[in-house]
Amino acid sequence: MSLKTVTQWPSSLEDQQWQTVCQMEDLISNSGVCALLEQSDKTVVDEQVAIFHLPDTEQQVYAIGNYDPIGKANVLYRGIVGSIGENLVVASPLFKQHFSLQTGQCLQQDISVKNYPVRIMNQQVQLLV
Amino acid sequence: MNIDNQAVVKTKVVVVGNGMVGHHFVEQLVELSNSEQTVEITVLCAESRLAYDRVHLSEYFAGKSAEDLAMTDEKTYQQWQVNFAVDAKVSHIDKAQGFVETEQGKRYHYDKLVLATGSYPFVPPIPGKDREHCLVYRTIDDLDAIQASADKSKVGVVIGGGLLGLEAANALKQLGLKTHVVEFAPQLMGVQVDAGGGRLLKSKIEQLGVQVHTSKATNEIVDGEHCRYKLCFSDGSELETDLILFSAGIRPFDNLAREFDLVIGERGGIVINNQCQTSDNNIYAIGECALWSNFIFGLVAPGYAMAKVAAKHILGEEQHFTGADMSTKLKLMGVDVGSIGDAHAKTSGSLCYTYENQPNGVYKKIVVNAEKTKLLGAVLIGDTSEYDTLLQYMLNAIDLPESPESLILPMAADKPALGVDALPDSATICSCHNVTKGDIVSAIDNGACSVGDIKTCTKASSGCGGCTALVKNVTDSLLEQRGVEVKKDICEHFAHSRRELFDIVKVEKITTFEQLLSSHGKGLGCEVCKPLTASILASVWNDYILDKSHVGLQDTNDNYLANMQKDGTYSVVPRIAGGEITPDKLIVLGEVAKKYNLYTKITGGQRVDLFGARVEQLPPIWQELIDAGFETGHAYGKSLRTVKSCVGSSWCRYGVQDSISMAILLENRYKGLRAPHKIKFAVSGCTRECAEAQSKDIGIIATEKGWNLYVCGNGGMKPRHGDLFTTDLDDKTLIKYIDRILMFYVNTGDRLQRTSVWMDNLEGGLSYLQDVVIEDSLQIADELEKQMQLIVGSYQCEWKTTLANPQALKRFKPFVNSDKSDTNIQFVEERQQIRPAYQHERIAVNIAENRVTQSPKIVEPV
Ligand code: SRM
Ligand SMILES: Cc1cc2nc3c(=O)[nH]c(=O)nc-3n(C[C@H](O)[C@H](O)[C@H](O)COP(=O)(O)OP(=O)(O)OC[C@H]3O[C@@H](n4cnc5c(N)ncnc54)[C@H](O)[C@@H]3O)c2cc1C
Ligand code: SF4
Ligand code: FES
Repeated sequence: MSLKTVTQWPSSLEDQQWQTVCQMEDLISNSGVCALLEQSDKTVVDEQVAIFHLPDTEQQVYAIGNYDPIGKANVLYRGIVGSIGENLVVASPLFKQHFSLQTGQCLQQDISVKNYPVRIMNQQVQLLV
Repeated sequence: MNIDNQAVVKTKVVVVGNGMVGHHFVEQLVELSNSEQTVEITVLCAESRLAYDRVHLSEYFAGKSAEDLAMTDEKTYQQWQVNFAVDAKVSHIDKAQGFVETEQGKRYHYDKLVLATGSYPFVPPIPGKDREHCLVYRTIDDLDAIQASADKSKVGVVIGGGLLGLEAANALKQLGLKTHVVEFAPQLMGVQVDAGGGRLLKSKIEQLGVQVHTSKATNEIVDGEHCRYKLCFSDGSELETDLILFSAGIRPFDNLAREFDLVIGERGGIVINNQCQTSDNNIYAIGECALWSNFIFGLVAPGYAMAKVAAKHILGEEQHFTGADMSTKLKLMGVDVGSIGDAHAKTSGSLCYTYENQPNGVYKKIVVNAEKTKLLGAVLIGDTSEYDTLLQYMLNAIDLPESPESLILPMAADKPALGVDALPDSATICSCHNVTKGDIVSAIDNGACSVGDIKTCTKASSGCGGCTALVKNVTDSLLEQRGVEVKKDICEHFAHSRRELFDIVKVEKITTFEQLLSSHGKGLGCEVCKPLTASILASVWNDYILDKSHVGLQDTNDNYLANMQKDGTYSVVPRIAGGEITPDKLIVLGEVAKKYNLYTKITGGQRVDLFGARVEQLPPIWQELIDAGFETGHAYGKSLRTVKSCVGSSWCRYGVQDSISMAILLENRYKGLRAPHKIKFAVSGCTRECAEAQSKDIGIIATEKGWNLYVCGNGGMKPRHGDLFTTDLDDKTLIKYIDRILMFYVNTGDRLQRTSVWMDNLEGGLSYLQDVVIEDSLQIADELEKQMQLIVGSYQCEWKTTLANPQALKRFKPFVNSDKSDTNIQFVEERQQIRPAYQHERIAVNIAENRVTQSPKIVEPV
């Protein structure tokens, strides 16, 4: 299967760093899990990241914000993953809008969720945060 | 290089008013000027919130929040680089120096000024009109005030029986008030509807419990004797009420234009030309404050058209506003009302055809020209099914058939169906977004090949939604003309129907989605084909649905063996076969609910639902339930739900068979059966039918001699009575027939097709099904029974299997890297139980717990 992956890697990484969030074996293939990015600053809400494993695609692992801005709940990791045309997507389990796994953009509405660059180092899943 | 270093000078556009039209203008301007960034937009907004959907305002009382109604938010405006200020009412315009000033004294300079100030409710000068519980219906703040007043009131009166007045009356009724409508004119909805229609409308609305008083002029509002106030009418009669809502028409907010010398109409409204400019070239007016050709448009679609024209004109593009059609179709308190064009037959020489059916509450009138060749207008009450067709006749001046009355007569055999082909390309299909048939044609020329594509690229049917059916008809017919087969494909990944995939899975012995995709599909699959395949695999092979290879296929409900609620928590529904439960088990349910603090409700399916379980609580809850002898109720599955029963011959003095035992037997036999959609049964002990079996997919009613079997009934969105399949069956034959019927449905039904719709689409209908099942006309009865036996024989309680499987349990942990819970889930207490907090009740989490002062009662997770 040759679906294009188009994640843009940021060129300036000054303020960002790679953070390990889980092991490859924690992922569920063709489905999602959720990781918590705890914030040291207690006045800021912890970030929830939905992480998807699509073994049949080039990039394999994708990470986007877990909060569904339309359904207004932390549920995106529990959606079904798949493709719509060339886009790799997850369908929100609440109202089924598609969010791109590569950009976080919603395909049906002008709204998007955060997306995180991901890399795999020694079987560890790392996000650029 | 010779680059001019100076920043491009941007045109300063100031928009006064951020209602629906003002916002649409901003949206248009942002979109149109996208690449150039030549404008700098400032929005000044008198209300305390940014634009919201006023058309659907009444849904606020039906549970929608202000956020739900919002059309934009601060973040979006920031992203668009639009400056804005709320609570900023403009009180001064300086045309010479080009600035406006708000009440607070802040100045904003403009190159172009756009007035989108809308209108305000007119309150007639009746003495007493300013009392505390005298209100209007226009803004969210108004609605809050109405709600607060209604909480302290028993009776409400709406003054004004126009379209908005009736909508307001409906709201008062929903708020639980005894409701009256008082109208000055002799009839309701005088603008849109003629006298005959008004009469019928009145009687229909009175049947719904709202009292209508026409020809009543209110002289005075004084203190009441039984209620808070009393209305005194000019004819000497009186009416007592606690709350008064004025809905006596709207008036344009033209005060700025009036005070600062822009031309206004005789009876108000800011005069504009075809480019929406006022008498000052740099000032535009759009929406309900604007007077075009001596006319104010009180609807949103014409306002949107003006917004577009003004935005284009500011960017240097010439476009014209040429008026708009004011036809309307709506449902008022459940009564269908339609009004088209010249509803009052005011055109000279015009003629009318009228049809009235008082017993059924239907009134229809068409107005035609003297030559009887063109439709000029129409009024439809109680049945608006001809609205679309009539509107097209009027808008496109299509020649009328020989006898125009056939357009509205019921049962006219030769009723001319207006083919989509008869519409000219200029025909407006969606008036909210001004999409014509020609627009759809060109979208198809550019590659659109489904209704979904058309919606995305033209925005058709994304406004009020009233044109959805027409858009589909036009699109399908145009596609068919081009030889495009209107596809029955389930989605873009499989060029097959559900039935075809079912056969493929069976014949080719396919056991995983990957196999099916690589041999018959393309892409990676989606939320349509994955659960569908999972369901077929379960129907054919009945494997454990959370098997590693199936996990990613399941809809979220199946995936967590529970129903997801709006806040991401789940509900827990154990099976209570036939609705029969021992006191001990009932106590267990209570104890579990108490321990995990779950909201508890008796469902419509004779069992108990426990709501508000976090994903990580599901396994321990189910462990306790299973230890107490419960099993999963499959409330999450497209599968057998419940078999409702009545007490039957074991208790009831009329019962002729043991309906409870039969219900329990059937529920246990078919539990876990996966199907195209959910399946419900009921068994009644005699013809009194207390279990409502005729509204179920499978309904069974006891007779002296055995059981009558009904099939393909449905409650829900489109109720259908079950068809009597056959009578006086013994237990064994009953079960044999049900086996065959259900398996035939499982084999041939479409995705998400209930048995009722399946039956309606089955060629040959009931008698065909009787042939297949009773006469075995297809010679498949044995096969169907065998298939069912496989399912029945391989039943497992999915929760029991899951609890014994550590790998499957891992997925119920909310985070892979933390043991915390989701802090976004918040409950408040209502009637001694939890419920999810509405947006306005939520407290920001983590933001220093000690700072929360106005604290709603937040219930801690257990
Ligand atoms: C809980 C319950 C309401 C209640 O508080 O009583 C309920 C709740 C839901 N119903 Fe229902 N229905 C419930 C009885 C009914 C009934 C009455 C009955 O079964 O006797 C009907 C009409 C009968 C029928 O189906 O023909 C009913 C017709 C629907 C429909 C419309 C189906 C249709 O064919 O038109 C839907 C929507 C759908 O399935 O697409 C629906 C969908 C739903 C969903 C799944 C909506 C959703 O996606 O969240 C609700 C989720 C339940 C949950 O989270 O646990 N529910 N629903 C009832 C659960 C019964 C049970 O014990 O399993
Ligand atoms: C209950 C209800 C139901 C309706 N149903 C329908 C329907 O089904 N179909 C339909 O087509 N239409 C319907 N309408 C009418 C529709 O809502 C209006 O046509 C539409 O909202 C007009 O938009 P607008 O922007 O011109 O005015 P508005 O939406 O009224 O917005 C004007 C805004 O300007 C603000 N403003 C006024 N003066 C100033 C000032 N000096 N400075 C700053 N701000 C100012 C006002 O506070 C307001 O927020 C309904 C209206 C109501 C109230
Ligand atoms: S359906 Fe008949 S048997 Fe059952 S409870 Fe009603 S009256 Fe009694
Ligand atoms: S007419 Fe309102 S959405 Fe098309």
